[in-house]
Amino acid sequence: MPKLIELVDGQARWAEDSFAHLADEDAIPAGGDVILSLARFQAEGDTLLASNSRRVGVRIEPDQEVEVLAYDLPRIAVVALAFPKFRDGRAYTSARLLRERFGYQGQIRAVGDVLQEQAGFMVRCGFDAFEPADGATPDVLTKAAGRFRHVYQRAADDRPIALDERAV
Amino acid sequence: MYQYDLIDKEFLADRSAEFRGQVARRLAGELTEDQFKPLRLMNGLYLQLHAYMLRVAIPYGSLNPTQARRLAQIARDYDKGYGHFTTRQNIQFNWIKLKDAPEILDKLAEVDLHAIQTSGNCIRNTTSDPYAGATAEEVDDPRVWCEVIRQWSTLHPEFSFLPRKFKIAITASAKDRTAAKVHDIGLLLRQGRDGQQGFEVIVGGGQGRTPYVGPTIKEFLPTDRLLSYLEAVLRVYNRHGRRDNIYKARIKILVAALGAEEFARQVEEEWSKIDAASADLPAAELTRIRAAFATTPFEALPARSEAFETAKSKDPAFARFVRNNVRPHKQPGYAIVEISLKAQEQTPGDASADQLDVVADLAERYGFSDLRVTHAQNLVLPHIKLDDLPTVFAALQAANLATPNIDLVSDIIACPGLDYCALANARAIPIAQDIARQFADLDRAEQVGELKIKISGCINACGHHHVAHIGVLGVDKKGEEFYQLSLGGSGAEDASIGKILGPALPADKVASAVDQLVEAYLNARVDGERFLDTYRRVGLEPFKEAVYAQAD
Repeated sequence: MPKLIELVDGQARWAEDSFAHLADEDAIPAGGDVILSLARFQAEGDTLLASNSRRVGVRIEPDQEVEVLAYDLPRIAVVALAFPKFRDGRAYTSARLLRERFGYQGQIRAVGDVLQEQAGFMVRCGFDAFEPADGATPDVLTKAAGRFRHVYQRAADDRPIALDERAV
Repeated sequence: MYQYDLIDKEFLADRSAEFRGQVARRLAGELTEDQFKPLRLMNGLYLQLHAYMLRVAIPYGSLNPTQARRLAQIARDYDKGYGHFTTRQNIQFNWIKLKDAPEILDKLAEVDLHAIQTSGNCIRNTTSDPYAGATAEEVDDPRVWCEVIRQWSTLHPEFSFLPRKFKIAITASAKDRTAAKVHDIGLLLRQGRDGQQGFEVIVGGGQGRTPYVGPTIKEFLPTDRLLSYLEAVLRVYNRHGRRDNIYKARIKILVAALGAEEFARQVEEEWSKIDAASADLPAAELTRIRAAFATTPFEALPARSEAFETAKSKDPAFARFVRNNVRPHKQPGYAIVEISLKAQEQTPGDASADQLDVVADLAERYGFSDLRVTHAQNLVLPHIKLDDLPTVFAALQAANLATPNIDLVSDIIACPGLDYCALANARAIPIAQDIARQFADLDRAEQVGELKIKISGCINACGHHHVAHIGVLGVDKKGEEFYQLSLGGSGAEDASIGKILGPALPADKVASAVDQLVEAYLNARVDGERFLDTYRRVGLEPFKEAVYAQAD
């Protein structure tokens, strides 16, 4: 199991992961936080959330559109965006839409083929938690995410971009 | 010309440092070739048949003399003394050692050059008009918008892992020298009736296995909304482009599958949801960029130059060069000078280190330090005084750079082909040289007139054969190199995809077949028609007969 790294104030650090990733065939455990597939969330999410005893996350595959979560987002603690391969870049769009279009405040977690080389892009698109597949440590991720002193385009982070720096 | 400021320079330095670390990890065995491949590709480093190849971006085809000299130095120090200009305004070095790559990137960064996004499934270097800022045809300088896109697309956090590569072209002239209609996005800058400028937006053109002339999805996009609209197009593509099959992953396949109208509707819907204030470029930044391109300090000169006229009447070679390689400039007393990289026996698009130095010197002394690269694999000195033209011509002649064949039959586009490329089925370079030899007689070449021959060594079509007046495609027939001819393509404003002429020919029959096609054209042409016009009027049959009749 990859360990969880969270990003807090630009610093990555190891985090205790209270969430269990549930496969569709797994029984819902008696207690504890869970991350469900979208289909399962749509079928059972209301019941789980109604109990108020645990937090619920949803795993979104690249071909699923985050728009379907729009109304539920305030109740969702984690959106786990899946990278079946690192080359599949759809989750970057999903993350930006969650942050910029829907104002999602919860955790956006990168799961799957998550490599340190992607960290900079992920952070800029609004990811704040990672389950690295390449054994990257928090130090490595912090460095990778901050490798460039300047960025050129607005995204989901609040970094000043090149033209802001020029305007000063 | 745009000058990198401290921000741009620090960005390149950071990129170079990042790649140095990645190469070190690879050489130390911490990264497998599989893991390293996408990283090196994002820095333009390919593994070819014999060695690594480094593709360096020439942003919108514009170089200053310092940069050209640095390219020459890299050719000398790390390659075999030459570089190869591509159909996308990049330069490739074919004999690079992996351990040298970080040092080369450092040396490039020192002169504001880089290899960022010259490969990989990301937004590539924007193609632009090599006559920008020099031709009277343009409604505005397209380089302004190319620079806007360069910055916006550089390490774009959302669009660096697209389904496939993504190429944008911008032209601001009615005559298209960028092949805009066969790019993923073609932006044609227009002047609206009310004086406002906007882009006609073409999406989903392309070549490769499935060639398309792209449809227009927006007739008039106000220029100040460019970035938000591009974001909408890229987002629709990033989400819905196919990722299950590399050959169906380009945006052209998505546009064709949805239909241009439905694709346009999806883009409009996405565009309407984007916060324009955040996505579009602020006017102040546009003003800053625009100022960088508005500073060519032309002298006020008479339109007629005695030195120029005298040289033309005295020296027939100069007169021929002027007829074929010199184009009118917007400023009286100046001219645009094309430098052909298609001399006899030359590899199309290759320039030696010494030649690069010569051109750099000429640009510095006579051409406002401005040098351009064309998608037809030639160079351009965009601002030369007519008074200086005879001197510039003599210097070019001495460096074997004065071949007077621009847009003529021997000005052939060719990919590197099987001589270098790991994907190729057949060689392209020797075929180009055969055809050029067949038409070595310049009088005859001039009599034939504009004729664009383009050669690709495989179906990926890097040599643009689909959009050639005469296209040549290398195919493999049971281990032997064969060549399929096609006619009637164009990558210009009258874009079209060529039609296959008939069965593929062996290598030694290609040049003579082209000769037969040219003879058929000369027999059929009326009123100074170009080859392409005659073909479009009379169709494929007479040409087919000319090549295949005796064979039957």
